[in-house]
Amino acid sequence: MKQADRMAETAQAVDSMAANAQTKKKRLEGLDICAGYGATQILNGCSITVDGGEIAVIVGPNGAGKSTAMKALFGMLPLTSGSVTLAGNDISSMSPQARVAAGMAFVPQTNNVFPNLTVEENLDMGAFLRNDDFSKTRDQIYSLFPILHEKRRQPAGELSGGQRQQVAVGRALMTEPTVLMLDEPTAGVSPLVMDELFDRIIEVRNTGIAVLMVEQNARQALEIADTGYVLVTGENRFTDTGEALLANSEVRRTFLGG
Amino acid sequence: MNSDLLNAAVVFANFVLVPGLAYGSQLALGALGITLVYAVLRFSNFAHGDTMAFGATFTILTTWWLQSLGISLGPLPTALLALPVGILMAVLLCLGLDRLVYRHYRSVKSPPVVFVIASVGVMFVTNGLVRLIIGPGEQRFTDGTKFLIRARDFKAMTGLNEGLSIKVTQGLTVLIAFLCMALLFWFLQRTRTGKAMRAYSDNEDLALLSGIDPQRVVLITWIIVAALSTIAGVLYGLDKSFKPFTYFQLILPMFAAAIVGGIGKPLGAILGGFIIAYSEIMITYAYKKIARYLGPENWQPDSLMQLLGTDYKFAVSFVILVIVLLWRPTGLLKGSSI
Repeated sequence: MKQADRMAETAQAVDSMAANAQTKKKRLEGLDICAGYGATQILNGCSITVDGGEIAVIVGPNGAGKSTAMKALFGMLPLTSGSVTLAGNDISSMSPQARVAAGMAFVPQTNNVFPNLTVEENLDMGAFLRNDDFSKTRDQIYSLFPILHEKRRQPAGELSGGQRQQVAVGRALMTEPTVLMLDEPTAGVSPLVMDELFDRIIEVRNTGIAVLMVEQNARQALEIADTGYVLVTGENRFTDTGEALLANSEVRRTFLGG
Repeated sequence: MNSDLLNAAVVFANFVLVPGLAYGSQLALGALGITLVYAVLRFSNFAHGDTMAFGATFTILTTWWLQSLGISLGPLPTALLALPVGILMAVLLCLGLDRLVYRHYRSVKSPPVVFVIASVGVMFVTNGLVRLIIGPGEQRFTDGTKFLIRARDFKAMTGLNEGLSIKVTQGLTVLIAFLCMALLFWFLQRTRTGKAMRAYSDNEDLALLSGIDPQRVVLITWIIVAALSTIAGVLYGLDKSFKPFTYFQLILPMFAAAIVGGIGKPLGAILGGFIIAYSEIMITYAYKKIARYLGPENWQPDSLMQLLGTDYKFAVSFVILVIVLLWRPTGLLKGSSI
């Protein structure tokens, strides 16, 4: 990055920080996002916000743009309009790698572990950007996911689906992020494992991290959500607390199957 | 009778066991380079044999220069002293070619087959370069002591009819090859950079998300591959002789070794190297002498007891390759299927 660019960005960051001093700044905020693939627009001005110590869940029918919204928030897809801010700083044009360094972490839906690396090596790779001693973080992750400690010398590819998801979440937590983004963390795991994963995600939330996730299992996900976003054709249809959305008969009828 | 058995064993060791160990080590080092390029850069590098020849060429030129200055390593071949120069030149070649050729195809995300065809082009160019620099003929550059154990001394020592000879170059080949392998495994398993290389090979997207720099991974891979191929090329040249065309031919057994072991798996490349080497030697060796010792007294077989003439040794690798691709395309250690 050029010196001038960096200075401009710093100045911008200072400006937006000052602007946010009055209003309470949210941890991660995507505002009026429009984005898509090539000529196909998928997101038509949707807004998603999550604060520290909160779980926000994005639900919606297939093709609503749930995963696309995650990609747009993480910088894997350029925005055509709208903005993304992290703790009040505009990060709309940051690369995903830079966002990781800035405190965001992303767990993709599939291929989210290094299958031939051991569990411990997977975690170490998550901390690749860190130059300090990260063994304490690793121990915290082991106490959050005890099974990972037990299997730390096994290649991640040999673990069960639920255990692999724990490795994936653990890897993402190694940078000690302030925002954790999960794309369908319970895809393809049994209901029992799903409940356990959700319990762990609540524990992560309780440490003060902002958790944003896309879920196919909408009902169960909304039960643990502080905020729920119902997305339809790339727009916000309903936004409310998880509890309120579950109580909303229209949401229930249309999106949760009765 | 007992000494017959021993004599047969010595003949076997002299003509099959020891040469196979040396040849297998050379193939293993070559196959390791192929497997690393496949694992990290995701294509089959047909130019690998000629990279070996290129590194060996500069090692030979430096060896000749050192010899002309009267510098030598005493009982060891002078080429060992010249090896760093050869490695450096091969590194420069690989990095230059990556910059000129492969980087472009990476940036436009070409399918693997485009890389393979590009590497065939690189192969012809490198091959031409080598012939321009050192000529197409056979070059000898081995000096120092020739034998670790002489057949004559072995016979005197043991009182057997048959002798076992071990060349210095054979001993060196095995020693250096195992040293390189141990170093490579230590690097891949224990160091941060090595783990990053494995992670990048495992899941490129996730490696990017973790902040691993792909440029650096590619750079380090080429440096390791260039070093391994130069060492393999020089050891092969010391043990046998250097001829550019031989190195071009070596890509068949080396690819066979990498695929038989499981392409993308370093341990597989080593295993495959020895499997191919021993298959080639055992199928083309004439067992007449051994049979004479093991058979009834005063009997000797009518034929040479040779399954295939040595001219067909490349057919052996080819047949093994076809069998493996038909029955177990991922190789013995379950590498990637290609």
